[in-house]
Amino acid sequence: MNYIDPHIHIAARTTDDLALMAKMGCVVVGEPAFWMGYDRSGTSSFRDYFRQLTEWEPKRCADAGIKHYAWMGINAKEAEDVAFAKEVVAMLPEFLDRHNVLGVGEIGLHKCTVNEMATLKSLVELGLSRSELLLFHTPHLEDKYKGTRMILDMLSEDKRVDSARVCIDHCEEHTVRLVLNEGYWAGITLYPTTKATPSRAADMVEIYGPDHILVNSSADWGPSNPFAVPEFIAEMRRRGHAEAVIRKVVYDNPLKFFSQSKNFNFQPAE
Amino acid sequence: MSNQPSPLAASDILDKQFLTVRSKLIDLAATFDRLDRAVADKNSASIDTNLRIVKIREAVARLLEAGPGRAEAIQLIFSLPYDE
Repeated sequence: MNYIDPHIHIAARTTDDLALMAKMGCVVVGEPAFWMGYDRSGTSSFRDYFRQLTEWEPKRCADAGIKHYAWMGINAKEAEDVAFAKEVVAMLPEFLDRHNVLGVGEIGLHKCTVNEMATLKSLVELGLSRSELLLFHTPHLEDKYKGTRMILDMLSEDKRVDSARVCIDHCEEHTVRLVLNEGYWAGITLYPTTKATPSRAADMVEIYGPDHILVNSSADWGPSNPFAVPEFIAEMRRRGHAEAVIRKVVYDNPLKFFSQSKNFNFQPAE
Repeated sequence: MSNQPSPLAASDILDKQFLTVRSKLIDLAATFDRLDRAVADKNSASIDTNLRIVKIREAVARLLEAGPGRAEAIQLIFSLPYDE
């Protein structure tokens, strides 16, 4: 079954990973800008990273037969320094104009501080002023519930927000219902230890239905699995779910969400 | 049982194992929820008297008891009895 991994950090993966992902059916990936595991020393580091995401990683993916799209933003961990973040945000329009960028992401909260929220609001403003898709990172572990509520409250206060053009990512059992009830796309990340497992993601699809749910590997440089989406497919099959239901979650839904971007020109195979 | 102390400090063990333990607890909770949904959705027979679920509940209760030897005690819950 062909699938789309709507959130994966290709920059942290090997060429062998990409080749195997393609063999397992991956046809499209979305790569949000994020934290590299250490804070960058200046805005020029961000510029190089954004070039990597829009020039080099698409080429590596194309060599494997995978169509690559990027998201542009500054992650929550580096958003605490508001002045520095402001310089990065000022750089974003240049990259949002590139032909393979889907929107603003991943943006969000980490420790839910006042400064993080100030930077986040500037990113949301940028995205809405340009009619961009928005991809939100929700915090890890004990901060997730609070951070998710803060993001949802912020979005609900802005009448320009179209929920169909927003994905709230890294949802788990205590946040997925909140996100779906507001009409947003709910991303579920499949991780070995934190976030959700393929089994728990299958549970959430069974409980809430396959509409508006995306599953992703969010595979990066930490404990993660670039083949997590195929594992989800296998888990759904083991449970006896129809192929159409599985395909909706791993292919039709991300295709529908991404297709709202003017830059998404992937042509599905007949 | 000699009950030698661990060479690692308790805080180190907690630091290293917290996320794993947390993950296993959530997996366990999700599995219990899945069992409940299966019973409710398919209107199938209750599994309350199934020997395996009885043992699982006994093991969870033992897990919460204080004192050493929890792993051994839980292994014995899932073991066939042996008559000497």
